Amino acid sequence: MTSVETPAVGLTHGASEDTGLGHRGPESKSIVVPYGFWLFVLSDMVLFSALFATYATLAHATDGGPTSNELFDRTLVAIETLALLFSSFVCGLAMIAARRRNLIWTQIWLLVTGLLGAIFLGIELYEFAMMIGEGAGPQRSAFLSAFFTLVGCHGAHVTAGLLWIGTMMAQFWAKGFQPHIMRRMMCLSIFWHALDIIWVAIFTIVYLMGTLP
Amino acid sequence: MRAGIHSGTLRRFGATLLIVATSGCNRGVLDPAGPVGAAEKTILINSTAIMLAIIIPTMIATVAVAWWFRSGNKKAKYRPDWEYSGAIELVVWSIPALTVLLLGGIAWIGSHDLDPYKPLPSKSKPVEVQVVSLDWKWLFIYPDQHIATVNQLVVPAGSPVHFTLTSATVWNVFFVPQMGTMIYTMPRMTTQLNLQADREGVFDGLSAHFSGDGFPGMNFKVHSVPPQQFAAWAANARSGPQLDVAAYDQLQKPSSYVKPFVYGNVDPRLFEAVVANKLPQPISPNTTPAAQHVSPQPPAGHLNVR
Amino acid sequence: MFGRLTWEAIPLTQPIPLITSLVVIAAIAAAVVWVTVKGWWPYLWNEYITSTDHKRIGIMYFVLGLVMLVRGFADAIMMRAQQMIAVGSSQGYLPPEHYNQIFTAHGTIMIFFVAMPLVISFMNFVVPLQLGVRDVAFPTMNNVSFWLTASGVLLTNLSLFIGEYARTGWLGFPPLSEQQFSPGVGVDYYLVALQIAGVGTVLTAVNFVTTILKTRAPGMSYLRMPVFCWTTLASNLLILAAFPVLTATYAMLMLDRYLGFHFFTNDGGGNSMLYMNLIWVWGHPEVYILILPAFGIYSEVVSTFSGKPLFGYRSMVFATLAICIISFCVWLHHFFTMGAGADVNAIFGIASMIIAVPTGVKIFNWLFTMYGGRVRFNVPMYWTIGFMLTFVIGGLTGVLLAMPPVDFLVHNSLFLIAHFHQVIIGGVVFAIMAGYTYWFPKAFGFTLDERLGKMIFWCWFIGFHLAFMPLYVLGFWGGTRRLQHIADPSWQPWLDLAFVGALLIGLGIVLTVVQLLYSIRTRDRRRDTTGDPWDGRTLEWLTLSPPPHFNFAVLPDVHGEEAYWTRKQTALREEKLIEEPDYQAIEMPVNTPTGVIVAFFASLCGFAVIWYIWWLAILGLIGAFAVLVWYAWRDEHEHVIPADEVARLERERRRIRKEQIQTWPRPA
Repeated sequence: MTSVETPAVGLTHGASEDTGLGHRGPESKSIVVPYGFWLFVLSDMVLFSALFATYATLAHATDGGPTSNELFDRTLVAIETLALLFSSFVCGLAMIAARRRNLIWTQIWLLVTGLLGAIFLGIELYEFAMMIGEGAGPQRSAFLSAFFTLVGCHGAHVTAGLLWIGTMMAQFWAKGFQPHIMRRMMCLSIFWHALDIIWVAIFTIVYLMGTLP
Repeated sequence: MRAGIHSGTLRRFGATLLIVATSGCNRGVLDPAGPVGAAEKTILINSTAIMLAIIIPTMIATVAVAWWFRSGNKKAKYRPDWEYSGAIELVVWSIPALTVLLLGGIAWIGSHDLDPYKPLPSKSKPVEVQVVSLDWKWLFIYPDQHIATVNQLVVPAGSPVHFTLTSATVWNVFFVPQMGTMIYTMPRMTTQLNLQADREGVFDGLSAHFSGDGFPGMNFKVHSVPPQQFAAWAANARSGPQLDVAAYDQLQKPSSYVKPFVYGNVDPRLFEAVVANKLPQPISPNTTPAAQHVSPQPPAGHLNVR
Repeated sequence: MFGRLTWEAIPLTQPIPLITSLVVIAAIAAAVVWVTVKGWWPYLWNEYITSTDHKRIGIMYFVLGLVMLVRGFADAIMMRAQQMIAVGSSQGYLPPEHYNQIFTAHGTIMIFFVAMPLVISFMNFVVPLQLGVRDVAFPTMNNVSFWLTASGVLLTNLSLFIGEYARTGWLGFPPLSEQQFSPGVGVDYYLVALQIAGVGTVLTAVNFVTTILKTRAPGMSYLRMPVFCWTTLASNLLILAAFPVLTATYAMLMLDRYLGFHFFTNDGGGNSMLYMNLIWVWGHPEVYILILPAFGIYSEVVSTFSGKPLFGYRSMVFATLAICIISFCVWLHHFFTMGAGADVNAIFGIASMIIAVPTGVKIFNWLFTMYGGRVRFNVPMYWTIGFMLTFVIGGLTGVLLAMPPVDFLVHNSLFLIAHFHQVIIGGVVFAIMAGYTYWFPKAFGFTLDERLGKMIFWCWFIGFHLAFMPLYVLGFWGGTRRLQHIADPSWQPWLDLAFVGALLIGLGIVLTVVQLLYSIRTRDRRRDTTGDPWDGRTLEWLTLSPPPHFNFAVLPDVHGEEAYWTRKQTALREEKLIEEPDYQAIEMPVNTPTGVIVAFFASLCGFAVIWYIWWLAILGLIGAFAVLVWYAWRDEHEHVIPADEVARLERERRRIRKEQIQTWPRPA
């Protein structure tokens, strides 16, 4: 592609970042892209809300099988939660490092974020395996179906996040801090923090309320 | 051939118009045979009339305004900038709002008066009927009479009937258009319904919720008979074959367009066992009592919440 | 190796699906040969399949919806024929297992693959033009959305040739749709196809909400947006909030079916009422997702052809948003007969009726838009007035259904069928036909034939009433829906009448094709040389027809509610155009095959999941992920249209407009 002498205007027609309401012409990509991604995350939260509603409806439909009080191990979940919350913090550090165009620290913090996510996922899978081993798999009762689906759906999102972190690291490595890579990093960080928010809700509604005496 | 079909269609067309003119408006839910259906029909007619009072003038105005302000009409005044009038806005919000206010009131009162769970005012004790929808037929159990019927519901005229309904397989809707309110039958749950037939006669009944391949063959007949005749029929029915496990096992096999049938001597726990989804396991008191398997708490979503 | 897939899945012994399959395959093969012989593949590939241009994507959605309309209508006419024949002692020509597939496919296709794509096609084509911008916020994602929808279409139609479709009704209620009662692949086809298409729809919503809220021409504040943009915004907000619920619900049903979970099963503590609630939490907003953009189309049409601004614009915007919000509070009216208490029923009933208030306001406002206007009776106006007459009756029957005591009589009946066809045909389909005629010249540079257009309208209008008024009557008689056989012979005349109505609608569809071909043939004498064939008021009429790739050489400055109308009147009064600006080079997004490749892998994965071919499913997933990563690796995002090219095109437009100023009537 040849370089163009005159400044080209694109879809977003330059870059107005005044009011955020966009009536001075289209917003710049650095606003439009995270905004769109945030909308997607909101729709994802609606999906989770359907799963939460299902869980709330079926929480006592144990069909004579084990109940939440018998199954959940608070200690394990506490470690899990700490890992995830801390990974969110580290993800913030990665974002700061990326803003400062510091490749090494960006990569390190992203790696740590991913590792903490992997620890979270590992504990979750261990918990699932234990439960299935005890005969408390998702086929046992409607309660367990709802539990495995809600928590598993969050786990699937974390898995997708890990894939994304890996891809992101490769992209920083290959492409550096180009504007579109930075926008993607912004989206990743929104995604990762959103998973935290959802986990807090799961932790409260499923684990804390489920182990109340 | 083609023309033949065509003229046949035309003839049927004429016949249709004739039907509209005569009996068309006096059937099904428009010809109620009991208090529930009659009250619902009244609400239907009244609400329609209220709305037509708004809608017919609106339709006429739409055509009239469009025609009068057609571009060729020199007499119509063109007001290219007229786009707002507070007074008109007030009116156009008020008309539908007031209509809905009125209809909302009717809906509120009607919902409470005609709540399917609400017993009907009557001097006589309601006849209890337990309804089970099967693939694809209806089983009506009369727990007090210890009898059961298939695809045939016999009720005493002028006396309320209290239905408790469930399904042995998938969802259905129990519906007798001339008696009024329909209601779902759902597996592992029970719903309730109170109906009454004031006059004697034979009414059509059906399932009004698609339930699979045999669904169109789920029709049944309701026989509304004088009370003495009902008692005699019930007493007589007791000599019918027994509805035991084996008979139920036969009955629950998928079939449709099933001819009416009467069972005498029905296990009183049959209905509960169907609700608990414990059939077609043995329910005879001699073997493992099925009732023990019924979980102490009602199944999730059990509708007996009130 | 191939899971459940065996040769028995091909319907070799059933003549109807077999012949249909062969005809469809022959038609597709003929089309492919034709395109190859003509050498059109490069053009199709570059200008449509891989295009990120919102106008092209809009056209692709329209073609997809139109083709599926034919399929859905074929189902409809088969049902009407079956119900006409299978009365009394006759069982008709369709056995239940086939008939039940047909009504399921009809409902699913008409909602998901006809109404949705057609409505989205207008959003795509019109919204960026009306907002005065060059494309949607995420052009590539727009292409991906389209192809995911197409993937859902492909899988749904594949069930005709390989296996079977669901026999459960279009919402797949459990427990009937559970493995226990529907062990075949039909329900799996239904679920997987809709899941894939659903992802596309959510992405579309993300795209349009962002586009409308964040990318508008300078000066276009919220209350200067055309009403169609407002209704599109409301509709996409609804998609964003409702479709994820559908995805979750279908996912749970899939877990039940595939892995033996107990969400909605009869055993294990499952709760089928939960499905009913969840599916209608999506399902009720869904009808507003369809009808709101339709309202927007009518608003544009009635204002343009009355030569007046829309009456009570702010009121219309408020009414739109009111409908948008209330539509989430009414889902329970779909199952008043489930035995919930009187209070619950009454509250949801009244909430449902409240929606009739803003809807009624809209009808009155359209009426007052015509009042004091100069109404031109072009085809779009026929559809609009036809809609206003039809829709108020649909509204009446809708309010009746919202009253629990009345619903107790007509729930699930043919009365209900008549009602929702009245609002969907009379509301959505009429709007689609109006919008099609209205915006066709903008898309292709020539108008559609008016005389044929009016014939199409009368076919639909009369045909609709003939087909569905009898169903109201049968509903009162206690007639329920989804009957493969009708026991009572006295229904016969009404069923005949309904069949005749369906035939008339069929004639309307045939004439639509005739109209298109005839208009293409005679396009030279129906050219829209000005870009403004209807004396329009919104910004899409500012550019030429068809618009250049970049829509606007310079983003228009918006003053006032009717951006283009104001500008046009000023130009006519002052007898000159605005000052010529400096032209700059324009960056436009490059084409990309990402969408079509991702959709290919999604289809592969979906097909594999339906038939339990697990290795292929994993392959499909990996493929789709790999394509996305490959896409993320691209370096070239935009191509540049040089400034002198922009200037050349724009000067041509200005030349045409200058001529126009001389010939057009002065404003009063």
